[in-house]
Amino acid sequence: MTDVIDRADRRTATPVPPVRNPAKERWVRRAPLLPALIFAIVVTQVPFLVTIYLSTLDWNALRPGAREFIGVDNYVTVLTDSRLRAALLNTIWLTAGAVIFSMILGLALAVLLDRKFFGRSIVRTLLITPFLVMPIAAALLWKHALYNPAYGLINGLFGGSTDWVSNYPKAAVIATLVWQWTPFMMLILLAGLQSQSEDVLEAARVDGAGAWQIFRRMTLPHLRQYLELGALLGSIYLVNTFDAVFTITQGGPGAATTNLPYEIYLTTFRKFEYGEAAAAGVIVVILTIIVATFALRVISSLFRMEEGR
Amino acid sequence: MSKRLSTTVWGTVAWIAGIAFVFPVIWMVLTSFKQEQSAASNPPTWFFTPTLDQYAQVFDRNIMPFLLNSLMASIFSTLLVIVLATPAAYALSLRPVAKWTDALFFFISTKMMPPVAALLPIYLLTKQLGMLDNVWTMVVLYTSMNLPLAIWMMRSFLLEVPREVLEAGEVDGASLLTSIRKIILPIVSPGLAATALICFIFAWNEFFLAVNLTATNAGTAPIFLVGFISSEGLFLARLCAAATIVSLPVLVAGWMAQNKLVRGLSMGAVK
Repeated sequence: MTDVIDRADRRTATPVPPVRNPAKERWVRRAPLLPALIFAIVVTQVPFLVTIYLSTLDWNALRPGAREFIGVDNYVTVLTDSRLRAALLNTIWLTAGAVIFSMILGLALAVLLDRKFFGRSIVRTLLITPFLVMPIAAALLWKHALYNPAYGLINGLFGGSTDWVSNYPKAAVIATLVWQWTPFMMLILLAGLQSQSEDVLEAARVDGAGAWQIFRRMTLPHLRQYLELGALLGSIYLVNTFDAVFTITQGGPGAATTNLPYEIYLTTFRKFEYGEAAAAGVIVVILTIIVATFALRVISSLFRMEEGR
Repeated sequence: MSKRLSTTVWGTVAWIAGIAFVFPVIWMVLTSFKQEQSAASNPPTWFFTPTLDQYAQVFDRNIMPFLLNSLMASIFSTLLVIVLATPAAYALSLRPVAKWTDALFFFISTKMMPPVAALLPIYLLTKQLGMLDNVWTMVVLYTSMNLPLAIWMMRSFLLEVPREVLEAGEVDGASLLTSIRKIILPIVSPGLAATALICFIFAWNEFFLAVNLTATNAGTAPIFLVGFISSEGLFLARLCAAATIVSLPVLVAGWMAQNKLVRGLSMGAVK
């Protein structure tokens, strides 16, 4: 089983010696937590409050002086702007595409690696390597060494002179992301496969169940929470994809691959519309909170399952 | 199909898959040892006399300051993360505070927040403080980026410390420091090392914050790589040499931590 959250109090259930000063004891317990907590609040929460404030200003950094309070006007501008909606759709496409394909490939590779064979640990090392290559280096490598129409490896091996990035921009970005993230999915699913009880599988085999039947009826249901976890964590990382878009397509052609991080980056540092960028940022945070609430519910339901055992 | 045959067949398939996946990396390293002409040939050049010219060129272009910035940002942020996360993980596992689940979920929720939403205020604040293009700004930001991961991961390692042994130590009058040194540290030190390596990997590879907050003084390795391709003419072999150099530290760190990699990436959820 996955220990999504181990029960900490299961371990402290043993009687604690009576404490003379409970308030002092509480602070002694809290003390080691406080530095990290304060650090996280200051560095991650304060900027969001500032973002909310900025989102109410009419502030373009190219127009000096003008910086007045305009209420929710930026939100109206941003929400009625078709660019942001397109960016939202692109974000969904890129994230879903990358997660789904890396999941399928990751599952296939995990099943392969779950068997014993000569050099298994070497193959595992080879397979995790793409994940370790610096993302920006990976994006540059795919763009110039693989996709390039004149001297890229893909056309070099298979012939033709297809301009992969211009003709299939989304697929080009997704393929690069899938290459990098398949190892991640594979590792999580492999851990899931290896946590299956060998005895139970053996019993099923003795009872005459075929390999496919065992996989479908026993392995897949067992893997469910690992699949969920992989999809969840993969989405959290991939929804923020910036490096691959920035390098491979610069959001184009047109805005075909402009996702939310890239769109907000453009609004901030190319158009200098600080107020609008802040409003878009707040909207992204609200969307993230909705998705994250769902995600945290998945995690804590796994947690309750643990508790119920 | 006999068992041995099927093992051979599936083993071969796995090897082919492994080589196919790593192939772009092999191609990158091969290309880095070519001359620009043969790097940009179609059909691809397979046999060539290896040269170190491209590596020499990369160092000529002053990659060192960028590598040093990356090294500083990654190492100092990793140290800071460990110093903050280990006691916090202790207070969320072995001697939990009252609302330890809330604290745990607060930390993971900060990881879910998209950095792009915080970019503008961080940019304006660091500009106001005169901290733009400063390595220490990156140290602070990378620390906050890795903190949730490290807390969750360290917590999962601390929970492996057998409670009975700790209590026995307490009964024998061992001080907190003694039990940390004699009992906790020996058990969690492999986990501590893996946590540090994973934090190092994420800090070293980070691009989004670096490209927006640094320039010439504090530019990190990814920034060097991006600036590298703006040159005219053929550049593929040089680019591959630079990409190989900047990827190498993380490849080594990742191979070293590979047995604990999955645990770190899943924030301690999968063992």
